Amino acid sequence: MSELFNLFSLFFKIGLFTFGGGYAMLPLLQDEIVKKRAWATDEEMLDYYSIGQCTPGIIAINVSTFIGCKRKGVIGGIVATLGMVAPSLIIIMMVAAFLKKYMDNIYLVQAFEGIRIAVTALMADILWNLFPKSITGRFGFFIFVLGLAMLLFFHLSAVSVVAAAGFLGFVHGYFQRRAK
Amino acid sequence: MIYATLAVEFFKIGLFAIGGGLVTVPFLFDLAGKYGWFSVSDLADMIAVSESTPGPLGVNMATYVGYDVAGIGGGIAATLGLVMPSIIIIILLSRFLKKFSCDLRVQDVLRGIRPAVLALILTAGLEVGKMAVGNWKQAGIFVVFFAAIHYWKKSPILYIVSAAVLGVALKL
Repeated sequence: MSELFNLFSLFFKIGLFTFGGGYAMLPLLQDEIVKKRAWATDEEMLDYYSIGQCTPGIIAINVSTFIGCKRKGVIGGIVATLGMVAPSLIIIMMVAAFLKKYMDNIYLVQAFEGIRIAVTALMADILWNLFPKSITGRFGFFIFVLGLAMLLFFHLSAVSVVAAAGFLGFVHGYFQRRAK
Repeated sequence: MIYATLAVEFFKIGLFAIGGGLVTVPFLFDLAGKYGWFSVSDLADMIAVSESTPGPLGVNMATYVGYDVAGIGGGIAATLGLVMPSIIIIILLSRFLKKFSCDLRVQDVLRGIRPAVLALILTAGLEVGKMAVGNWKQAGIFVVFFAAIHYWKKSPILYIVSAAVLGVALKL
């Protein structure tokens, strides 16, 4: 029981001090889990990340489920994940309730006009950095163009684009290996 | 029932939004179109709030959308729906495979998905941009922010707060 409580409070703390999620939480996880508690080695930690990356779902959640599961089985995985999302649930709902109440305030309206421009710039920067990492070679470029066409001209859903791209990736890999 | 709808829709997002973070945003655009729960500008505000509060971006977005649609119960239903695929898949993996490493076929699938995710985020970014940048003054601010973000690489919170101050100061 106290072990489960420890898992919950540890991941609550990590959820509370991580902004953005994913890789932003790696240093904190390493400090808490590898250095302070010796629950895992640096190498295992990187394994958890690569597994978190190549399985569906949000990386931060996958990693917390994995560590919880290693410590205390299925219940541990669930408890660690709930600890991770609890700060989001509490904080976001408080902020959302506040904004709902005051959203017709003129200063808040103007502030959000400015904020939306910053959000666009943040997204543009993420795309800029992602471009060379995601598109390697002709096949990647083909998928990118195909995905854009599916979205912009045929207005297909995000789910169908991901499913089609995953299928094409599988077929491409299969024939590439057979050719060797 | 609204809670069940939220949980099912966010379960699907948890299953398909590989990588998390901003990848959930294009799926939320689809939800906006399908149910009319919120507008593109609502979504941009949610991204801003989710980036400047603690917690993984994808989880924050789910809580926000769920709360916006159906109150506290909605926020909980959406968030639990989002994390459910992770819990199920990771628990199965760690049960059946002592040392799991990425299978070659899994890597092939991911190699296909990565460029598609870029197309998804680009399309979502264009939607947000169309709504946020409407005149030359706003376009100028966008260019300044993009340059600052790109060269200084400070925390997003800094840019969001300074954009808020700028918005009030310039009466945007």
